[in-house]
Amino acid sequence: MATPTTQPGIEQSKVAPSELPRYRPDPEGTHPPLGFAGYRSTRLRHPGEPLILLPQRLTEVTGPVLGPGRLGPLDHDLTRQHAEEPIGQRIIVHGTLRDGDGRPVPDSLVEIWQANAGGRYRHKVDNWPTPLDPNFTGVGRALTDAQGHYRFVTIKPGAYPWGNHDNAWRPAHIHFSVFGRAFTQRLVTQMYFPDDPLFAHDPIFNSVPDAAARQRMVSRFDLDNTVEQWALGFRFDIVLRGRDATPFEEAHA
Amino acid sequence: MTSTELGAQFGADFDGSTPSQTVGPFLSIGLPWPDGPDVVPAGTPGAVLIVGTIFDGAGDPVPDAMVETWQADPDGRFDHPDDPRGRVAGWRGFGRCPTDEHGDYVIRTVLPGALPDQAPHLDVSVFARGLLHRVVTRIYFPDHADAHADDPVLASVPQSRRVTLIAARHDGGYRFDVRLQGPGETVFFDA
Repeated sequence: MATPTTQPGIEQSKVAPSELPRYRPDPEGTHPPLGFAGYRSTRLRHPGEPLILLPQRLTEVTGPVLGPGRLGPLDHDLTRQHAEEPIGQRIIVHGTLRDGDGRPVPDSLVEIWQANAGGRYRHKVDNWPTPLDPNFTGVGRALTDAQGHYRFVTIKPGAYPWGNHDNAWRPAHIHFSVFGRAFTQRLVTQMYFPDDPLFAHDPIFNSVPDAAARQRMVSRFDLDNTVEQWALGFRFDIVLRGRDATPFEEAHA
Repeated sequence: MTSTELGAQFGADFDGSTPSQTVGPFLSIGLPWPDGPDVVPAGTPGAVLIVGTIFDGAGDPVPDAMVETWQADPDGRFDHPDDPRGRVAGWRGFGRCPTDEHGDYVIRTVLPGALPDQAPHLDVSVFARGLLHRVVTRIYFPDHADAHADDPVLASVPQSRRVTLIAARHDGGYRFDVRLQGPGETVFFDA
């Protein structure tokens, strides 16, 4: 089944840290704290003990290579997965997946899920009283190309109320899940739409301490990728942790 | 090529990483795969089930979480370009399972081999509503108790808490519960 292809002269028991890439930590304020009072669901779910630093060794600098075998032909087009088109504003969501040094992450799985145009998810515990759309599942998958670019066709999700606080509404968003190249780069995030008046009132959006980092979750309207008479374009570039070059790369630069 | 040059080449401004956000309560419409829990197919020699429950700080199960595992093959090898020892083509190494209404998950795998300087282990990510960022832990196995004594990651964990990282034998396989908070809280890592 699996065929080992060992490079000669490298013993299993000896892999020096200098032979491995090293992923830099993100600056303070880039990611939300695990405990965030404004988002009530964190209360019983965030660890109370401090995190312990995990050294970056083989398990951490490698990660799953999830390629084309996981995708169906219409997985990237959420408007063509049923007999008819879903209700809603048709949009194109595209962008690049790169690391913090600008290196594209090619051939990498991007997964999305979202509510329908009325703000309801096709999920058994979502009982928000707006209709389900029989023509919308709200799930997409795509692979980045050689330049790290991905593209989805979907409809703009609606805002929806939730029980976090009085008159609480989530800004419209699309959930994104990406793997990058290494376990250390794994990221799940949410893509928002420009100028949403709900930003100021949303504790999940505002859980990110750094204001500039928050803006990196907001897609940009993209006229160049808006298709005339058909769909609005939005650009959402995703940036994962950067890494220091390995000696191997430097030797071949 | 420097990061500035790379940035110029791709016409983008790399002023920082994209922040993490919670998977929310509805991750199970988007992330599960039919074969997600199968790091190896059923019937693979040596295949075992790792089962467990995710608990919150009140001791209640978490029914809207997801567990992902990443591990070496039985020889301690990966199918990845950054492993200087070379690749083992076709080794997936990855498992993914949402929790059910009882907070339970299951992963079907084979035990990993030892890594250079480290005892056999799985790296684990837990995602959930209420987790604004994944939490990362590790699963070690009771079969390798001798190797645990020399494992640098276990050595970095206070002795009294190491037990939270070691799976229990269970029904021919293993059980690994995750306690997000409170008494017996699982050790989580800054990865």
